[in-house]
Amino acid sequence: MNEISMFAFNIPFVSIFLMMISAIITPLIPNRNRLPEKLSCWVISIVGVLSAYLLYALTNSGQSITFNFAMGHFPAPWGNELRAGPLEAVLSLVFCIAMLLSLLGNFSSTQEDIAPARRNIFCVLVNLLTASLLALTYTNDLFTAYVFIEINTIAACSIVAVKEGAETVRAALRYLVMSLVGSGLVMISICLLYGLTGHLLMQNMHGAIQVLVTTQNYMMPLTVSLALITVGLAIKSALYPFAAWLPDAHGSSTNASSAILSGLVLKGHIFILIKIFCRVFGLDVIHALRMDTVIFILGVVAMIIGSVHALRQKNVKRMIAWSSVAQVGYIFLGVGLNTIAGIAAACLHIIVHATVKPMLFTAAGGLSSAAGHKKGLHALMGTFYVNRWAGLGLIAGACSMMGVPAFAGFASKLSLMLASFDSPFVAWSLAALAASSVLNALYYVPAVIVIMTHSKDAQKNFTAPPPTKLYNFSMLAFLILNFYLGLFCMPLLRLITRGVNVL
Amino acid sequence: MNEELRNIWTQFFNWVMGNGPRPENEVIPPEPPPALPFTQKPEDKYSRFHEATLKERYNQWLELHGLHIFSSLYSGLSVLTCIVIVCLLLATVAELPPFGHERNPANNEVIRRYVQYGWHETGAQNIVAGLILDYRAFDTFGESSVLFTAACSVLMILSATRSNKPDKKSPLMRHHVFRKDDAILQGIASLSIPVILMMGCVVVINGHLSPGGGFSGGAILSTALILAANAYGFERVHEFFSERTFIVSSSTALMIYALSKGYSFFTGANHLHSIIPKGTVGDILSAGLILPLDICVGLIVAGTLYGFYALFSEGEM
Repeated sequence: MNEISMFAFNIPFVSIFLMMISAIITPLIPNRNRLPEKLSCWVISIVGVLSAYLLYALTNSGQSITFNFAMGHFPAPWGNELRAGPLEAVLSLVFCIAMLLSLLGNFSSTQEDIAPARRNIFCVLVNLLTASLLALTYTNDLFTAYVFIEINTIAACSIVAVKEGAETVRAALRYLVMSLVGSGLVMISICLLYGLTGHLLMQNMHGAIQVLVTTQNYMMPLTVSLALITVGLAIKSALYPFAAWLPDAHGSSTNASSAILSGLVLKGHIFILIKIFCRVFGLDVIHALRMDTVIFILGVVAMIIGSVHALRQKNVKRMIAWSSVAQVGYIFLGVGLNTIAGIAAACLHIIVHATVKPMLFTAAGGLSSAAGHKKGLHALMGTFYVNRWAGLGLIAGACSMMGVPAFAGFASKLSLMLASFDSPFVAWSLAALAASSVLNALYYVPAVIVIMTHSKDAQKNFTAPPPTKLYNFSMLAFLILNFYLGLFCMPLLRLITRGVNVL
Repeated sequence: MNEELRNIWTQFFNWVMGNGPRPENEVIPPEPPPALPFTQKPEDKYSRFHEATLKERYNQWLELHGLHIFSSLYSGLSVLTCIVIVCLLLATVAELPPFGHERNPANNEVIRRYVQYGWHETGAQNIVAGLILDYRAFDTFGESSVLFTAACSVLMILSATRSNKPDKKSPLMRHHVFRKDDAILQGIASLSIPVILMMGCVVVINGHLSPGGGFSGGAILSTALILAANAYGFERVHEFFSERTFIVSSSTALMIYALSKGYSFFTGANHLHSIIPKGTVGDILSAGLILPLDICVGLIVAGTLYGFYALFSEGEM
């Protein structure tokens, strides 16, 4: 508080409340001229600017680069508390940017896919989703985290079902059932941890768990609660054996929902898991209970199997969705390394994936609407020449996922590789990264070749309207972000490492 | 006599089995035409003699028995998984600190302050109300928003479907069987609805003084609405509690919660003076924001529960 200005100090609270209030007010404003969506976009941009200022204030503040914000008149173990540091500020900035660009880029496809009566509730859900992501990022209290995980779950399932049709309803139901199992496991685990530690505030739980581990008391319930919370959050973030719901949910919903779900919703749950590992249990306890090995193995399996499944897809959106499973595997591989460098690389990959995957979904949506709303990969032949921005987006996204230098994915893959040299599983980690990159190339390169192949008779059938300026703008913004992350990632990685150190 | 008894028995049996008279305008989805199985190829005209290859025979076998084997394996494995998880959780619970013991980790300084100073610090006689609406009001705000999110989602999925195709009824819509001459139900409803409403209001308004509060009081209020809908028909309730009323009341209540508690959070975190008075402990107008917040939560809960009932049984509010 001494170095940070009063304005920056209030930003975490203000950004969560701005998003919540805009969600609450949206049903009351008239559902004309797409006012609700414009309101959401403006509020998300304001929150993004605030997060950027918070990041600026935190990096220029000298020694104390984190602060706690008591929600109310009562200090932390009694009341609720938010906590902000460089990592939280970076993540909320990235979440806001990715959310804004996903909404803007799919502004016209949202209009086609969603019935007018549903659009303002869609905006309510998007705002609630953003608010819950911000709250998950900033919270310092495990029960607050649970409450916002619930909001996140319900809103995420409903934005799958927002597009009418049997397929989306089925996908949403499947997602809901899987997600609620995850919520239940997280809830049981929080109850167990409260019974063992008597606290819900993260640092107090950490202290109590350290005492339990040194005295070797209650080790069995502690292990079970760690396993339950890990599995619960892994289901929600689609780690491989629990990822069966993802391709349906992300492949069948409207483009904006797919982009938001793949880019952001998964990341919120992964970040809260990282927070629980670092701030509640502590990395040494995670290592003593062997959870890092489990996470590492599951991550490696997800990287390979996700890509193998993506190879078999004929629908371009389902292919990108399975590729998300592989990318989540990369993030969990970084977490499973159980070092500061590994977790920093995982966080960098969270940021990279949060910007690249919405770009891929937006590009795929643009290309398939250019081909007359056909989703099959072969129907997209020659669409690059109809919608060039979308084509560029798909190519840049593919290069990024393969890890071509100068693209965003290269930076995070490189940092994952460098981080894995400190770990005993270095050979496994490097082999998995190499194999997965080759597999990524095996399905992304054919997709790029297909869209760039000239086909005269196919192009006659393309009657889609030209892409809007908003679409081109958001694609350009995505591309700039992609190259920025690929070329100038070192300052960002240093900032993230600082953030993980003080986590 | 015997005939009548049998008749009543048949009706009762049908009622138990849920085979009531089918509503006239229920939409029954048409049967899909039988499709060719994936494995069956169109017949080859030119080959004179064709013996099933091993792969074809495997596919035929799979088609005959595959689903059966898969489903039995699936149910067996799921039962096994459940048993393992149940045993694991029971073993864990057996290891936990004993329930209600004095030396438990949960009996620490956090609980002590809630119990000893809660009265003075929040002004609420009901410590639980003080805990959820003052000490940890942010969590309760989240919980109310969960209800709001769920209600919005259900409203969107069930109700907003028909607006773009006004002539076609959604298959989710069921015709509600409603008898206008049910004198017993209407008589009891007319007697009990005012009592239930009063009871709900008392529980909501006395939330800071006695057990109860917004969540329980709101649930009681919603039962009055549901009873009224069943006795007098959804149209009568619709006259004063429509979809629009629900959205406006929930949004406004949540907005009041967000703004008033936002002010309280802001002043608390920045160590500013808050203008909200605590009042005398035990008065009806006391405990700062707890009373208005209880009313807001009560409105949201009542609206949401009735909304779920109406949407799931009627398809509209």
